[in-house]
Amino acid sequence: MITAGVDVGAKYAKIVLLENGGKILGKAKTTVGFDIGKSVSELFEKLLLDVGLKRDAVNRVVATGMGRDAVHKTTLVNAEIIVPDVVADAKGAYRLIPTVRTVIDVGAEEGRGIRVAENGKVKDFVVNERCAAGAGTFVEAMARALEVSVEDMGPMALKSTKTIPMNAQCTIFAESEVVTLIHSKVAKEDISKAIHDAMAGRIASMALRLGIEKDVVLIGGVALNPGFLPPLEKELNTKIIVPENPDYVGAFGAALIAAGGGE
Amino acid sequence: MGEEVKEYWRWPEYRHTMPDMDWHDVKIISAGVDIGSVGSKAAIMLDGKLYAYAVMRTGGVSEETALRVTTWALEGTGLKLEDLHYVVGTGYGRVNVPFANRTITEIACHARGAHYIYGPTVRTVLDIGGQDCKAIRCDERGKVVSFLMNDKCAAGTGRGLEVFADLVGVPVEGLGKVSLSIEEEPPPVSNTCVVFAKAEALRLLRQGWPKEKVAAAYHLAMVDRIVDLLNRVGIEKDFVITGGVAKNVGIASRLEKALNIKPLDPKFDPILAGSVGAALFAKVLREKELGLR
Repeated sequence: MITAGVDVGAKYAKIVLLENGGKILGKAKTTVGFDIGKSVSELFEKLLLDVGLKRDAVNRVVATGMGRDAVHKTTLVNAEIIVPDVVADAKGAYRLIPTVRTVIDVGAEEGRGIRVAENGKVKDFVVNERCAAGAGTFVEAMARALEVSVEDMGPMALKSTKTIPMNAQCTIFAESEVVTLIHSKVAKEDISKAIHDAMAGRIASMALRLGIEKDVVLIGGVALNPGFLPPLEKELNTKIIVPENPDYVGAFGAALIAAGGGE
Repeated sequence: MGEEVKEYWRWPEYRHTMPDMDWHDVKIISAGVDIGSVGSKAAIMLDGKLYAYAVMRTGGVSEETALRVTTWALEGTGLKLEDLHYVVGTGYGRVNVPFANRTITEIACHARGAHYIYGPTVRTVLDIGGQDCKAIRCDERGKVVSFLMNDKCAAGTGRGLEVFADLVGVPVEGLGKVSLSIEEEPPPVSNTCVVFAKAEALRLLRQGWPKEKVAAAYHLAMVDRIVDLLNRVGIEKDFVITGGVAKNVGIASRLEKALNIKPLDPKFDPILAGSVGAALFAKVLREKELGLR
C-alpha cells in the first residue's frame, strides 16, 4: 500500500510518499504559490515522476497544514482525508521518537505545542496563530532588517555570547529596534542572537502554558535554524530533540495516518 | 538603476504660528514637548493659549529631536529657547528632553490636551499614536479617570498604517481617503497582527484587488482592534480622537459607524494633544513656582 501525506503550511508545502506505512519512497517541498492547489499539484506530480509512480498507484492521500482545505478537492492531489496539524505532528513525531511527550512545532506563521500521551495520541495542545513574533516570519523579517540571508541568521547567532534584551515583542516594532541596534554599532552576530533569544522566549512561554513533559521534540521549518535550539533549551530548561528533516514531520505523520486507515 | 525608492510612510513635517498673538505682554510662556515613537511635537503657549507649534518625525537621537522640534516651533516668533518659562516633556521619549523642567506621562497630557483642543465635554479620548493606542476616560477638568493601552503590538497603531502605505504605494497621509473610495466594504484582514495582515493584503493585491479595497480591508481590521480596546475601557460621551491617526478619515469615519458615536470636531490639530497638555501643565507648574497658586 502506498500513501501520501501532504502538509500545506503558510510558506511551504511538503509531501511524503510512504510504502506500507513504514518505508519513505520520496519527499518533496516547495513554496506555496498564489494558487495553493496548483503549486501543491505540481509538487505532487514532480515527486511521483521522481519515484516513478503514477497517481493511481497511491492508495490514499491525507492532507494537513493551514492550507489543507485547498488540496482537498484538487484533481491531482485529491486528498481523501484532512487532519489537523496537531494530529499529524503528534503521529509523525511519535513514530520517529516514541519517547516524545511534548512536540513543539514552529512554522512560518504558526507555533504549536502538543502534549502526546504514551500511546501517541494528542492529550492537549496550544496554538499561536495570531502573532508573527513567535513564528518563522519573525526571523525572516529581522534578517531583512539586518540585510543578511535568513539561512545565515542561526549560524551568526551561534557566534555570539552576548545577551542583549529586545524590548519589542511585536515583529513590526522589533524591526525598528534592530535598526536602532545597527545604528548603535552592535555587532550583527549579537543582534542575531538577541532575535533568536526573543523568539525562543515567545515559544517557551506558549509551551510553558501547556506544560512541558520529556522528551521534548522540536519540528517545523524553524527547527532547521540552529540558532533557535540553544535559547529554547535554556528557556525550557530541558534538552530538546530535533529529528532529521524536522520540516517533514507533519507530512510524514499525515502519510502514516493514511496508511493506518485514517484513524 | 539609481531610481529613488519612494517612501510612502514618510509623512510631511510642519510648523505654525497663530496670527494676531503677541508674546511681549504675557505672564507665562510655557512649552510642551511630546517625543513620540514616530512623531515629535512641540507646543508653545502664552498664558495657556496655543501660540506656535511644530510637528516632525522622531529621529534616531531623541535629545536632538527634542531640541530641533522646539527650536522649529519658536522659529520666526522672535522667542528663544531660554525665553520659555517652563517646559514639560511627555511621550515615549519624555526623559530625553534635556531642557525640560519636568516630565509628565502622556496619558495625563493627552487627557488635558484633548480637553483644550475639543472642549470640557470630553469624557473619552482615543489616542492613536505611532506605536501605541490608548483609550482614556477623563472628567470635566480633563483629569484621567482610567485608561487602557496597547503598546505591545503594532496592530491598531500608526506604524501599521505606515507599513500599509508602503505596501499599496499610497502616501500615508492620504491612505484613509483612498480607503473610502470604494463602493462596498470588503471583509477585514487579520486584526491581530500587522505582519499577517500584510501577507494577506499581498495575496489580495495579487488576486487583483484594487489598492483602495485592500486599504479598506486594513482600515476595517484596525477599527475592529480599536473598538475592542474602547469597549474594554467603556465609552462615555463626548468621544474624541487624538494623535496622528485622528487625521485619517478612513479610521475616523469607520469608528463613528462602528461605535455609533460621532467624534467631536477639533479646534486645533489633534496631533498636538500631548504637547498642548504638557504645555498647560507647564503653565500651572510655573504659576506654582511664582506663588500664584
